[in-house]
Amino acid sequence: MTAGLHSPALSVTGATKRFGAVLALDNVDLSVDHGQVLALLGDNGAGKSTLIQCLSGVHRLDSGTIEMDGRPVDIFSPADARSLGIETVYQDLALFDNLDPAANFYAGRESAGPRWLPRGLRLTHHARMPEATGSVLSRLQVGIPDPRASVGLMSGGQRQAIAVARAAAFASQVVILDEPTAALGLRESRRVLDLIRRLRDEGRAVLVISHAMDHVIEIADKAVVLRRGRKVGEEVPHADNRQRIVSLIVGGDG
Amino acid sequence: MTDRADPVTLPRPDDPNGPAAAKRAVSPGEQIARIIDGPRLALAAIQIGPGLMLVAVVIVVSSLSPVFLTPRNVGNVLSQSAVIAVLALAQLLVIITRGIDLSVGSTLALSAVVGAIVFASVPSGPLVIVAMLATGTVVGTINGLVYVYGRLPHPFIVTLATLSIARGLALWLSGGQPLQGMPQIVQDLGGGSLGWFPFSAFLVAGLALLGLLLTKRMVWGRWIYAVGGNPDGARRAAIPVRGVVVSVYVLSGLAAGIGAIITSGRLNGGSPTFGELAELDTIAAVVIGGASFLGGRGTIGNALIGALMIGVIRNGMNLLNVDAFLQPIVIGAVIVLAVELDVVRGHLERRLRILQAARS
Repeated sequence: MTAGLHSPALSVTGATKRFGAVLALDNVDLSVDHGQVLALLGDNGAGKSTLIQCLSGVHRLDSGTIEMDGRPVDIFSPADARSLGIETVYQDLALFDNLDPAANFYAGRESAGPRWLPRGLRLTHHARMPEATGSVLSRLQVGIPDPRASVGLMSGGQRQAIAVARAAAFASQVVILDEPTAALGLRESRRVLDLIRRLRDEGRAVLVISHAMDHVIEIADKAVVLRRGRKVGEEVPHADNRQRIVSLIVGGDG
Repeated sequence: MTDRADPVTLPRPDDPNGPAAAKRAVSPGEQIARIIDGPRLALAAIQIGPGLMLVAVVIVVSSLSPVFLTPRNVGNVLSQSAVIAVLALAQLLVIITRGIDLSVGSTLALSAVVGAIVFASVPSGPLVIVAMLATGTVVGTINGLVYVYGRLPHPFIVTLATLSIARGLALWLSGGQPLQGMPQIVQDLGGGSLGWFPFSAFLVAGLALLGLLLTKRMVWGRWIYAVGGNPDGARRAAIPVRGVVVSVYVLSGLAAGIGAIITSGRLNGGSPTFGELAELDTIAAVVIGGASFLGGRGTIGNALIGALMIGVIRNGMNLLNVDAFLQPIVIGAVIVLAVELDVVRGHLERRLRILQAARS
């Protein structure tokens, strides 16, 4: 129990992942606390996406350990990550354009019964899910003109907000966001940054990939820089060390 | 442990910031803009479009032919549409997952021939029915497994192969000849009726109810739509994508077995020529019903409407003595019309999205 007091919400030690001959991750360590925003920085191909895919169960680490609140955990599938309270907002959002927000929220974790039936044969609680989805959206102040419309009919900002809200609703521990503002306009980016702050204030550990240094300086408590699969630095992002972080990203050796 | 159905952090429904608060936040101006929303209205019209089209066709045909709406003829239409309807219900599920099953017609023939052969040696009703259903299910399972685990790029190929193989098997097993005889229960299911209302239409109605239960209320049905909408997203959402995809082909094969029972019951025998081009009729029915080949869209009700539409058009043209050679031309034109409606819908949806972005 002594370890529990100061254990970070999520810590990764010695993360290594190979794709054939390519060493995508090479012995990477990082940790993030509850109520903390960690930015994962790096140029294209630095290993950021591979790392978060290993944390969300899409890929599996070749070696290295993942601990949550000091306890080692195994993440072998998206279902594992979900049941540990880790939710991911992918860059492509992974939304179902043909379905409404509630169906998007609950895809793969439908609220349904009776429990003695195999999961696929259960009947959905079709009133409960839209209701719960509506309250999450309003708690996070996501305005959706028509909550019954399919997500494909919504604007880029609304879609992004729905994807973030979905992660927020189900992530009891860790929220991972892959370039959450890359495709958005100024105003929509603001809203997503506000959402991230709210998640942090609610005590989630937030891991965010971003190329927008201004946003990183604004919201991140800590930044880990990757280059060619290796961790090359860890900084507290600030207007003063912006140049240093950028040079870590692009690589001083040219 | 892995089965956490409810969000951990959801506020209670009586939360003052709950959905009710969000509803209040809409300004009157916005509400008016929403009501006079042209694209949204047009979109709603297109969504009930297949039903409107069927009503229009029925009105036209019945005004031209006094016979059309007589109970006996309605019974005829229902009976003639039953096989296409059963196959279309399953084809719909396949198409929702972005797939296609070209083998249903041949599978129907193979199932009917197997049923007739079983009947010739063991004249037992239940056994013949089980044999036909099992034959269809086996072919469907092979389709699904080969497509998914053979990592084929598209189900077109494997179901085209089974289209050929099942037809060939049916011809080979039957010696190319129709085989006479079916048990009484099969004859009743295929050709019997209660008054003018055919038993096969009851069967279709029952299957449609099961289809509604599956697509509207069952978790599995939601998975089918999710897999069609975004297969990769479904995988990342821990939905068993492979199992879902295999399952729709299994159901399609089972539906071919049911179609075999109806067809061979009506004609009192099994023939290797049953169900020729039925796959095209079922695909047409599903497309006329507004399902999209891009996946994720389509409803049980509209698939039935599509099947009925084909039946009504065929029957109407027969009643009106339209040259039989013109019928496929008309059906083809209806398909083009239906697909064009789908294109217009896509266009309207894009416009709606742009409007929405401008408003937010």
